[in-house]
Amino acid sequence: MKGRHPALVWVGAGLVGIALLALPFALAQAGTAWVRITNFAILYVLLALGLNIVVGFAGLLDLGYIAFYALGAYVYALLASPHFGLHLPFWLILPIGALVACLFGVLLGAPTLKLRGDYLAIVTLGFGEIIRIFLNNLSQPVNITNGPQGVSRIDPFRFGGFDFGKSETLFGLAFSGPVKYYYFLLAMMMAVIFVTVRLQDSRIGRAWEAVREDETAARAMGINTTNIKLLAFAMGASFGGLAGGMFAAIQGFISPESFVLVESIMVVSMVVLGGMGNVWGVILGAVLLSFAPEVLRYTVEPVQKSIFGKSLIEPEVIRMLLFGLAMVLIMRFRPAGLLPSAVRKRELAERKG
Amino acid sequence: MKLLEIEGLEVRYGGIRAVKGVDLAVDEGELVCLIGANGAGKSSTLRAIVGLTRAAAGSVRYKGAEIAGRPAFELVREGLVMVPEGRGIFAQLTVAENLVMGAFVRDDAAAIRKDRERIYALFPRLEERHGQTGGTLSGGEQQMLAIGRALMSRPKLLLLDEPSMGLAPLLVAKIFEIVRDIASQGVTILLVEQNAKLALEAASRGYVMESGTITLADDAKKLLADPKVREAYLGESVG
Repeated sequence: MKGRHPALVWVGAGLVGIALLALPFALAQAGTAWVRITNFAILYVLLALGLNIVVGFAGLLDLGYIAFYALGAYVYALLASPHFGLHLPFWLILPIGALVACLFGVLLGAPTLKLRGDYLAIVTLGFGEIIRIFLNNLSQPVNITNGPQGVSRIDPFRFGGFDFGKSETLFGLAFSGPVKYYYFLLAMMMAVIFVTVRLQDSRIGRAWEAVREDETAARAMGINTTNIKLLAFAMGASFGGLAGGMFAAIQGFISPESFVLVESIMVVSMVVLGGMGNVWGVILGAVLLSFAPEVLRYTVEPVQKSIFGKSLIEPEVIRMLLFGLAMVLIMRFRPAGLLPSAVRKRELAERKG
Repeated sequence: MKLLEIEGLEVRYGGIRAVKGVDLAVDEGELVCLIGANGAGKSSTLRAIVGLTRAAAGSVRYKGAEIAGRPAFELVREGLVMVPEGRGIFAQLTVAENLVMGAFVRDDAAAIRKDRERIYALFPRLEERHGQTGGTLSGGEQQMLAIGRALMSRPKLLLLDEPSMGLAPLLVAKIFEIVRDIASQGVTILLVEQNAKLALEAASRGYVMESGTITLADDAKKLLADPKVREAYLGESVG
């Protein structure tokens, strides 16, 4: 596929680009809620791509990944809300949030370097919970995080007079707040995709591959396995922190409840279901898993009504049931994910043969 | 000139001393073998030389500089490369990808490609299987791949840990032929083997290791003729 029809690839990329640019206006027809849902889907794509570096590239199972998202979100919230009376600009806080998350990534990575697989999963799971519990309890003796009440009235992105929280009309088109965020998120997503794809093809990407396959052999090849694993943790965490900051600004309110274990597992599911190690698969997984529950939310009720004439099962129950069933079916029939990476595909083929 | 010089090397695992003060030297261009029974401490010695296992005491000098305690990945850059026991190939990567991974410390793409062709010339079998994953190769092919991959980093001193392990006799002979071939191209080799006969036939000098210490060190030919060696390692009864 790659490079065989360069002209076709460019045309395809151009069409996708135009579709992505026009998307919010099409969605706005169905309601601003859908633009918001799309924004959250992009945040999940960012998270999944970040986690994919740790899990998919370096092969280190991280079950506490949402902690980095939480750190980024709290850094943003504390530096741009009435809570401390600080209102720093977003272009300053987002990098700070990514940096703080990155530091914590290294902090988590350093003591767990010798752990693999199940053991690493348990430690990272603990780490995720520690961060959440800290956020929940750091309201005493000095009120830092405001505890379970969370932080509210967080500043939206502002750039001079351009406020992401307000609607505006440009070139005769109405740009609502969510639409503005959509374009910002889209740009961020493109940047992160670019970085990830380049990383995968680089020496660093090959080193991650070697570490994932056989750590001792990797060291014997001249790879500094300690640094390369820490780098995976640090990079994954920074992406998470970045996404967290944007989440706080879009949402305007955050509390520890947004960063529970299920969220970590959700992101892992996106990576695994989409296809660990394959950037496009991971994106697909994130988009599907973040849209599916929403689509079901709006369709389950009308479908029930049209078939049975009334609502038999509570929509919320059946929604998660169908969602779970879809995950089971996908993993049953596409065990390496929807778009498996070349190496994973081989792994499974080998096990069968 | 001495390329590798070891003095009083000790390796401990918890309270157990696996290597109890080993002295050993390898000159540039030599093929030296280290033979001994299972559990004599041969592999531990090799692993301590390249930094995969920490040396508890003693000195390891490579090209005249002390390297004890330096991590393995740094030494690869200086041409000290080990082919680990059990081969350690990347099972999910193809033969070609494995070979490229071997050249990780180099960044001269054109020369790397050329070297890969050289490896294919040395092991035509690997060229036939270049698109196959490492895990699907036979034991002998995996050993060839492991050696080929190590050569991709252009080693000065190659440490081979039991290259004949688990191979059919015909393949063992083939592997030894290749080891000699590599040595004749100017790569210095320290070979650890349980197959004492073949190792001593290939090497110019040999060391015999027994429960953590070197018990004999001599020309390979003399060791081959030594009645103690013949009895203990070549399965011959003397007398």
